[in-house]
Amino acid sequence: MITIENLHKRYHDTEVLNSINITIDDGDIYGLIGRSGAGKSTLLRCINGLETFQGGSIVIDGVDIATLHDKSLRELRKNIGMIFQGFSLIDRKTVYENIAIPLECWHIPKPEQKERIEKLLKIVGLESKRDQKARDLSGGQKQRVAIARAMVMNPKILLCDEATSALDPKTTDEILELLLELNKEYGITIIMVTHQMSVIHRMCTKMSILENGHCMVSGDVKEVFLEQPQALQNLVGILECNLPETGINIEVLITDEAVGQQFHSDLSLSLKKPYKLINSSLTHYREGVLSAFVINVSQEDYQDFLDYFDANHLNYKRIERE
Amino acid sequence: MVDYSWNVIIFQIIFPSMGVTLLMVLCATVLACLLGFCLAIALFWVGKHGLSPNEKCYATLNIVVSFIRSFPFIILAISILPITRFITGSVIGWESALFPLTVAATPFMGRIFENCFKEVSLDLIDAARSFGATNLQIVFKILIPATLPSIVNGGVLSVIQILSLTTIAGTLGAGGIGASALIYGYQSFNDKIMYTLVIVLFVLVLAIQLLGDYVYKRIK
Repeated sequence: MITIENLHKRYHDTEVLNSINITIDDGDIYGLIGRSGAGKSTLLRCINGLETFQGGSIVIDGVDIATLHDKSLRELRKNIGMIFQGFSLIDRKTVYENIAIPLECWHIPKPEQKERIEKLLKIVGLESKRDQKARDLSGGQKQRVAIARAMVMNPKILLCDEATSALDPKTTDEILELLLELNKEYGITIIMVTHQMSVIHRMCTKMSILENGHCMVSGDVKEVFLEQPQALQNLVGILECNLPETGINIEVLITDEAVGQQFHSDLSLSLKKPYKLINSSLTHYREGVLSAFVINVSQEDYQDFLDYFDANHLNYKRIERE
Repeated sequence: MVDYSWNVIIFQIIFPSMGVTLLMVLCATVLACLLGFCLAIALFWVGKHGLSPNEKCYATLNIVVSFIRSFPFIILAISILPITRFITGSVIGWESALFPLTVAATPFMGRIFENCFKEVSLDLIDAARSFGATNLQIVFKILIPATLPSIVNGGVLSVIQILSLTTIAGTLGAGGIGASALIYGYQSFNDKIMYTLVIVLFVLVLAIQLLGDYVYKRIK
């Protein structure tokens, strides 16, 4: 378990992280999302001691990492793998040699090195590329090598710093699939820093939104999207549709897939009142789908719609034009 | 002007002076490579994005390196003559020339190797830290393996630089091709010898460059 309490970090006079409180349970896939410069990467790098901090604490499995130095800090890092946006491999070395570097640093005997690397090559699906040089690989393959290298010391935690940001959508999907598999198979805790909302949707159980070094929202991914806090709206932008000038606009959020599919026919059949569909979106999460509809109704009918939503326990809110 | 026969030129002038030059280049390269390498690692270690940044240490090293590099070689060699005499017991002969050659070539090589190390992406170093590598392991298992081809390229540049320095050292009593070209060629108004020796130098430079390119391709 990772407990981050009241974390503060400054670069000279700038506050980069400001009273961050986050708890990450074993086996979670935790998403840290925010714009560039929000401090999410810095926060991630604090967890394995690549960055120092001035106030607060980070406790990993009962160990306060601020008390660690040199040897003990390296021991901690051994248990925390990390992957980067730029893959960071030695291009002129082979896949096998790249994965072997951590093992060599920790003086693991050669036969065991071979065993571990070959097992990982199978997991990441690069058995056939074993002796190819890293520079001859595609982006997705490079990231697979980086994942294998990060996993080779059998870490309990994997930190991903924009790990899929440099990849095309299909490759991103494949890498995320691999990470999900590692999480399921080995129960490894994954912390993902990203600016791609789709990564959060697809992977994460819990999330935090960072804004200018502050943690604005933390919680279950589904709940955060249902509650639509201001920080989330700031991040995804207010609805990308033009709201009509007349009438009243209502946004309805539905987490039950079946209810979402039936929503419009149920609404028309029960109320028999006219409404305009302004916007609709379906978001696929790790568990389930979130449907979001924006409808426009007339002033007179407004109350009838609200009564219908209340009676059916639907989550809604009135939205105003900017 | 005495017209020497080719026999004399080749066996009594070119071969002996080439032997001296090659010995000087080889020994000075080995010495300057070792020292330059240590210097480069030191520069990178305390540099801004280095393994253990230390502004004051870096500034000091930086100034020393730039200071030595700012000397024209002939002035440097003359101004450190007392130290050369103290260390090598003499100021003439190729062995004595090794000292000023090493002093001049070390900062040059240090700077070139430092620039090689700077090419390594900071993420790669972070990655190494993230799996618990020590600073020394980062140098030997990451920095050097990642930059080996550039190091070879820089090394070739340095060897050719040292070769050209040996010709200047030749004017100060070190012997070698430079001295022969000057004494038997230029000062004796013997164009035949002078241009022959220039061609010999050219062939040497070409050979070093080709060998370097070959090694670079093999290890890239």
